Amino acid sequence: MTKRILKPIEDPLWLKLLLGGVTIGFIAILLLLPLVLVFKEALAGGLGGFWTSMTEPDALASVRLSLIAAGIAVPLNTVFGIAAAWAIAKYDFPAKTFLVTLIDLPFSVSPVVAGLVYVLVFGMQGWLGPTLVDHNVHILFALPAIVLVTIFVTFPFVARELIPLMVDQGRDEEEAAATLGASGFQTFLRVTLPNIKWGLLYGVLLCNARALGEFGAVSVVSGHIRGVTNTMPLHVQLLYDNYDYAGAFTVAALLAMLALLTLALKSVLEWRYADELAAAHRH
Amino acid sequence: MSAIGLKLSPLRSRHVLPGFRLSLGFTLFYLTLIVLVPLLALVIRPVELGFDGFWTAISTPRVLASLRLSFGMALAAAVIDSGFGLIIAWVLVRYRFPGKGLLDAVIDLPFALPTAVAGIALSTLYAPNGWIGSLLAEYGIRVAYTPWGVLVAMVFIALPFTVRTVQPVMAELGLEVEEAAATLGATRVQIIARVVLPLLAPAVLTGMAMAFARAAGEYGSIIFIAGNIPAVSEIAPLLIVTKLEQYDYAGAAAIGVVMLAASFVLLLALNGLQSWAAKRR
Repeated sequence: MTKRILKPIEDPLWLKLLLGGVTIGFIAILLLLPLVLVFKEALAGGLGGFWTSMTEPDALASVRLSLIAAGIAVPLNTVFGIAAAWAIAKYDFPAKTFLVTLIDLPFSVSPVVAGLVYVLVFGMQGWLGPTLVDHNVHILFALPAIVLVTIFVTFPFVARELIPLMVDQGRDEEEAAATLGASGFQTFLRVTLPNIKWGLLYGVLLCNARALGEFGAVSVVSGHIRGVTNTMPLHVQLLYDNYDYAGAFTVAALLAMLALLTLALKSVLEWRYADELAAAHRH
Repeated sequence: MSAIGLKLSPLRSRHVLPGFRLSLGFTLFYLTLIVLVPLLALVIRPVELGFDGFWTAISTPRVLASLRLSFGMALAAAVIDSGFGLIIAWVLVRYRFPGKGLLDAVIDLPFALPTAVAGIALSTLYAPNGWIGSLLAEYGIRVAYTPWGVLVAMVFIALPFTVRTVQPVMAELGLEVEEAAATLGATRVQIIARVVLPLLAPAVLTGMAMAFARAAGEYGSIIFIAGNIPAVSEIAPLLIVTKLEQYDYAGAAAIGVVMLAASFVLLLALNGLQSWAAKRR
């Protein structure tokens, strides 16, 4: 009888089954079950019920508001991300590490605190509140504040994806182009952009997902006016709190589909273009 | 004008590439406008309030209970997720099995799923008549609308941080060190305890700190499942919202400052951890 000799560093079969079982069980119960529930509840009234809840005017208004907020926040943060990564990767200047830490700051701040700081700036007891009222300018509990907090919470996404990538790539290619007479804009468009396009897309994807899904920060500054200042996640809350579970889970399912699409695209980028992403995402 | 130009010219000549002042200028301007000035509005609030006013706002039993709940449960969630994160990362890095890619992608679900969606789903699952809640109810365990609901939501939301910080370090580890230890006669348990885990320690701690920070500040996924009973299952971020709704800006700002200070400390700790990890490479 031949006995299979186990490599000394390979786990025995029972351990593989145990750890594999724990992993699959934990992920299934903790992560997949909530996802399954969302779609089951959304379709509880059949596709017709789903469609009715989806096309309800307040639901559509929330979709529109979310798209507007993300449509402003994501491009602005993308321009910022490119500028920040260009400055940090292509030049030497003091306190660079400190700057990177500051850029990451919004990630470690609670979303509610993010909303709070804008209330303290624009609220009635805030810095600018009384002045704004005098001039009849509405920022808090209106679109501008919703856009501002969305920018705040999604601030680092593109930058933190591009900074390590562009630092890794160095500046030789750009310097060569500049030496050969290319303008700064030409250098960026023809040399840098092709090198970072997949990383950029990766950052924009995550930024967009968070912008559409942000809840805590927007909740603080929105004022919760149904059909006017409710984004999709806020509309979910409003319906749920009013015991309209079918409606709540319908909008939730739409957001969940968006999340799944984001995950799918993100995985494709990680598998297909791993070499062109920041090192942390290479599998 | 000309004096400034003269002063800057040596600085400029060091850069072959154009656009330094434009890109850095825009970066600093945007950072200041969006992040730093609003945060300053929060940081200086307690100054206006005075130390006594700040202390009075913070030291009420309800506020203290909410801070204890948020930070205590966040610590518990970070420890739980670090344990499972290690196992999940090990399985994803070391084992080969069908469907592994899918499993790997699913880990990031809490990143991608809006917190309000997670909140209503978890709340419905763990409610006494929910899929999981009804099973637990048979054993007399209640999760939804108790502090345990807070823990469940935090474990959900923070899991990707622990897996994603440990996984790449584990993949990089290489089998050579373990083979060397095995050749020298170490048992499997000794190899894991004395070789593998110490090498992973900085990554595990980094993941734990990130999970803790995320869980402590989390709002959306928790408020639906927690029941929000004051001094029992009311988290600190919710108390900020409540105080704002009552136009108690000072009280809200005081809690906000405590949470922001905690974020700063954690950010510093994370930077320390990273330089420690870099030195050990």
